[in-house]
Amino acid sequence: MSLGGFALVVLVLAIASYAAARMRAAAFGRADGARLHSRPVYHGTWAFVLALLPALLLVSVWSIIGGNIVASQTLAQLPEAARPAAGIARETFLGELRAVVDGTIAAAFDPNVAAAVPIYRQTQSQWTLLIGGLAILLALIGGGYAWMHSKADFRARTNVERIATILLAVASLVAILTTFGIVLSLLYESLEFFSRVSPLEFIFGTHWSPQTAIRSDQVGSTGAFGAVPLFWGTIFIGAVIAMLVAIPLGLMSAIYLTQYARPGARKVLKPLLEILAGVPTVVYGYFAALTVAPAVRDFAMSIGIAGASSESALAAGSVMGIMIIPFISSMADDSLSAVPGAMRDGSLAMGATPSETIKRVLVPAALPGIVGGVLLAVSRAIGETMIVVMAAGQAANLTANPLESVTTVTAQIVQLLTGDQEFDSAKTLSAFALGLVLFIVTLLLNIYALAVVKRYREAYE
Amino acid sequence: MAEAPEETVVHDELKFANDSKMTARDVSVYYGAKKAVDRVSIDVDSHFVTAFIGPSGCGKSTFLRCFNRMNDTIDIARVEGDIQLDGENIYDTRMDVVQLRARVGMVFQKPNPFPKSIYENIAYGPRIHGIADSKSDMDRIVETSLTRAGLWNEVKDRLDESGTALSGGQQQRLCIARAIAVDPEVILMDEPCSALDPIATAKVEELIDELRGRYAIVIVTHNMQQAARVSQRTAFFHLGNLVEYGPTEEIFTNPRADRTRDYITGRFG
Ligand SMILES: Nc1ncnc2c1ncn2[C@@H]1O[C@H](COP(=O)(O)OP(=O)(O)OP(=O)(O)O)[C@@H](O)[C@H]1O
Ligand SMILES: [Mg+2]
Repeated sequence: MSLGGFALVVLVLAIASYAAARMRAAAFGRADGARLHSRPVYHGTWAFVLALLPALLLVSVWSIIGGNIVASQTLAQLPEAARPAAGIARETFLGELRAVVDGTIAAAFDPNVAAAVPIYRQTQSQWTLLIGGLAILLALIGGGYAWMHSKADFRARTNVERIATILLAVASLVAILTTFGIVLSLLYESLEFFSRVSPLEFIFGTHWSPQTAIRSDQVGSTGAFGAVPLFWGTIFIGAVIAMLVAIPLGLMSAIYLTQYARPGARKVLKPLLEILAGVPTVVYGYFAALTVAPAVRDFAMSIGIAGASSESALAAGSVMGIMIIPFISSMADDSLSAVPGAMRDGSLAMGATPSETIKRVLVPAALPGIVGGVLLAVSRAIGETMIVVMAAGQAANLTANPLESVTTVTAQIVQLLTGDQEFDSAKTLSAFALGLVLFIVTLLLNIYALAVVKRYREAYE
Repeated sequence: MAEAPEETVVHDELKFANDSKMTARDVSVYYGAKKAVDRVSIDVDSHFVTAFIGPSGCGKSTFLRCFNRMNDTIDIARVEGDIQLDGENIYDTRMDVVQLRARVGMVFQKPNPFPKSIYENIAYGPRIHGIADSKSDMDRIVETSLTRAGLWNEVKDRLDESGTALSGGQQQRLCIARAIAVDPEVILMDEPCSALDPIATAKVEELIDELRGRYAIVIVTHNMQQAARVSQRTAFFHLGNLVEYGPTEEIFTNPRADRTRDYITGRFG
């Protein structure tokens, strides 16, 4: 029987415990007329949890560490001569071994592996039997324990609530721990990169050309990792061009929606604007690459600018700006709506026109919230990938000409990691360093922006 | 309010006033289909403080807001009838609402200084209306307004601080100073003291008394003692009707309408 089969048995046992404990509790309730502390369903649930959780825990732990135990025991049983050396050889050996066992490849090339297969199979099935049996035993003990302990005044409900709380806390921890893990791996790979390329060169260097040669005797074998052109491209597209488009349009649409639109119009227009935020970025990417970029180039040509690139910062940035509009507009909308109506009335009663009121009172009052929203938008824009991959190009130019092609941190990361790559070359590792920088910058931006927005909210509560 | 309004009792002293600053004739206000003010006629005298009293929801604020057309800012509100300022109909298409509001200022129930410096709060109106010609002109307006509002000595050293950092009572006097800064003819006050403590209230009442004569003042209040203290004319509203209008002392000592008497003696509201 496989581990899955045992798990199924455990589940059946848990359900049986549920039914048994529930019926027993119900019987108590009827028999002595005593008041049950908890409804029978809680007794049942508690029995279910006791039967299932320990067994499940055991099986999960085994499925994580079991593979290694079986592998090392298998290797230990091999004769000295057939045993692979530590490191890569061992990994390759085990990889082939597992592939044969799982049936992904029909037969082993390495005769030593072929010899190890039956040993591995046997060890594995012994362990499975042991763990599966233990799991069933645990389920029986847990369910039985719960069944025996179910009395009229047993606080099953309290226990079930506690378990539920713990489960929820664990669920929320998963996301946090995952983030943590990602950051750690990013950090690890980046440190690896910085052991080959000086951080100073990376952060201040102005020449980016990560191609390292396959053979070390070729020209340009080292590559150049000055990331300034990438940082500049990112800022130029995400924080300059995109914001030049998004801030005025987003702010004006928020002002229109909060101050001028009739309730009916607002009810229709606001969701429509928010739909823009739901368009997949790859669609914006097409739009930028296939429609806007050629149009920008043709326009540049028509006004006599020679050599305009068909992949331009302007195309990518302006489309990204369009994408960001709903984001800015909804943050600005919230901030403007949070300004007390009394402020507006006060200004109107002074004889100010609606537009003067907006310009001189509402927008200044909402400014911290709007600025916070813009910062969040910037952090989104510089992390945005699809549009720049499709429309901004790959050339790491250090230029302020929006008609030229520039590249961004995200676009480079994609470039560096797609296709066949040697995993521990400086070129590949540089992607992690870029990712780390991007992560730190967006994190700081987000923290700062959220603090600004929060302080602003508090000011009006 | 389907039934016809009972006859408004207007005391003789007020019937033939001929130096009214503002006059309202048959003014009704609707919120959608709901009538909140029902055919109210009243004269506001420029030399006195006029108090509007009445139980909650009787339409005092709504009626007050007709005098500077603040009801225009509420989509569903509709005003009928005729209101004149110095003989000009303020709802006439020739009347510019920006200028009207410069002439008829307003102070709200909750102090609502702008989130700007004290100086900028006062300078706001003069800037909008292009009243000050120079920086020194503006400085003078700010000082005069704050002095008249009795706030100058308290804030003269911190004109750059935010208006919202003042105490509630100071904020309300700042709002009064802000209204004064554009040199209005009428000042409307909607329960200006209801968010203030007794000491701050006393200061504002004192201020109202000092401003009397220079500006026509209309004040809505829930507090009958306050009406008695600061006003010379009192109008009692009930369910959207003007029930009685007369000299304050008469209204409080010798009300003529039954509903006024009941309200004054605390039998309802
Ligand atoms: N913006 C509005 N929309 C709809 N109805 C309103 C609005 N403002 C006031 N009303 C209604 O009009 C009526 C009169 O309201 P108003 O605020 O003028 O009363 P009030 O006498 O000032 O009361 P209070 O003493 O409580 O301030 C009330 O029934 C109120 O519900
Ligand atoms: Mg009111």
